[in-house]
Amino acid sequence: MLTKRIIPCLDVKDGRTVKGVNFVNLRDAGDAVELGALYAAHGADELVYLDITATVDGRSTFIDLVRKVAHTINIPFTVGGGISSIADVSALLHAGADKVSINSAAVKNPDLINELSLEFGSQCIVVAIDTRYIETENGREHILHTHGGRKPTELRTIPWAKEVEDRGAGEILLTSMDTDGTKAGFALELTATISGNANIPVIASGGAGNMEHFYDVFTTGKADAGLAASIFHFREIDIPDLKKYLHDKNLPMRMTR
Amino acid sequence: MKTVIIKYNAGNVQSVMYALDRIGASYLYTDDEEEIRSADKVIFPGVGEASTTMNYLRKVGLDKVIPTLKQPFLGTCIGMQLMCRFSEENNTECMGIFDVDVKRFPATPGLKVPHMGWNNITGYQTALTTGLPDNAYVYFVHSYAAPVCEYTVASCEYVLPFSAILHKDNFYAAQFHCEISGDAGQQILKNFLDIV
Repeated sequence: MLTKRIIPCLDVKDGRTVKGVNFVNLRDAGDAVELGALYAAHGADELVYLDITATVDGRSTFIDLVRKVAHTINIPFTVGGGISSIADVSALLHAGADKVSINSAAVKNPDLINELSLEFGSQCIVVAIDTRYIETENGREHILHTHGGRKPTELRTIPWAKEVEDRGAGEILLTSMDTDGTKAGFALELTATISGNANIPVIASGGAGNMEHFYDVFTTGKADAGLAASIFHFREIDIPDLKKYLHDKNLPMRMTR
Repeated sequence: MKTVIIKYNAGNVQSVMYALDRIGASYLYTDDEEEIRSADKVIFPGVGEASTTMNYLRKVGLDKVIPTLKQPFLGTCIGMQLMCRFSEENNTECMGIFDVDVKRFPATPGLKVPHMGWNNITGYQTALTTGLPDNAYVYFVHSYAAPVCEYTVASCEYVLPFSAILHKDNFYAAQFHCEISGDAGQQILKNFLDIV
């Protein structure tokens, strides 16, 4: 049976992970390759590496990192952050990334989604959607945001999710900026609406604080995958425990041990 | 041992090379007929669309070379589908090593297409799966699949049961991505390289 996926997300700056990491057995907590390998060994189903470096030098460091990750780990990984052209995607896929995630560039130029999926295949094009539930002239609505969730756009999130699928996205990474960082649970209703409408997988992100939150997002939220960062980095939840918990609650999980 | 990865217009070959590096196997990445014919093992990987990749194989003549190879041969993902007779993806005549037609997953409420993620394979009885635990999980990304047929040596279920691994004579084919399928995928690649 197709399983639900657990995906740790690593923020990377100048080739190193930036969020505090609390793994005592790691030689170097900032080593993004070593941390990814550890998550893979713990049963993570995929990894996401987000490059939060803004400089050109940082970009080439990131590509070196992608190459090292691809060499080391034997599970799929997605890379994102600042990707805006076919050339960017080509460089990252050639370095060994399995998928790329695009965000602001897709909002600015939606045709990029069509171009990338034609060039590289839908299966490797993830569109990241950052959303907030905010007051508009029509009352409160889910509005697409860019720039790490700081900048509202004119677009409504739910039709945008359908549009990115129609344009050839292979997967949606949905982050609710309302729940992100709260540890109060994923945005279940919105995730269920978007995943229920979509014929492509939806990765839910933002708000995971305990194991039950993952159960909720896979059931009520209809998500195909759940992504989190700090709760894994700080070992508030260990992936083997999380997968066992979900497996014991009869969700299809890939058990590796 | 000489292992050749066939070079053609499909993507994602880099991951296969890295996976071979991890198990300490050397390889040559080439489309040269003589190099391919003289290899001990041939790997035909890739992701792509059936008609585009098949047209390319025809253009460079590899569609005639591949079915006549005698050494152990492993096709994965689109490589597997091109080894079948026909694909519904843009109605493409393929190489016909396996006399079976690749079909699109039928639309089914609640089941998304592509079939993307980790799924378990069952009922295996092949040299490729030696040492794997029962119901091993491997990573799939595909919208088309070969139904279960006389060549099926491992199957998987999504919407319908389908062929996860096909085998006929020296030809093996896997629908999933061995190269990113964790320890199970690594074992399968190792098993392939160990076939004598």
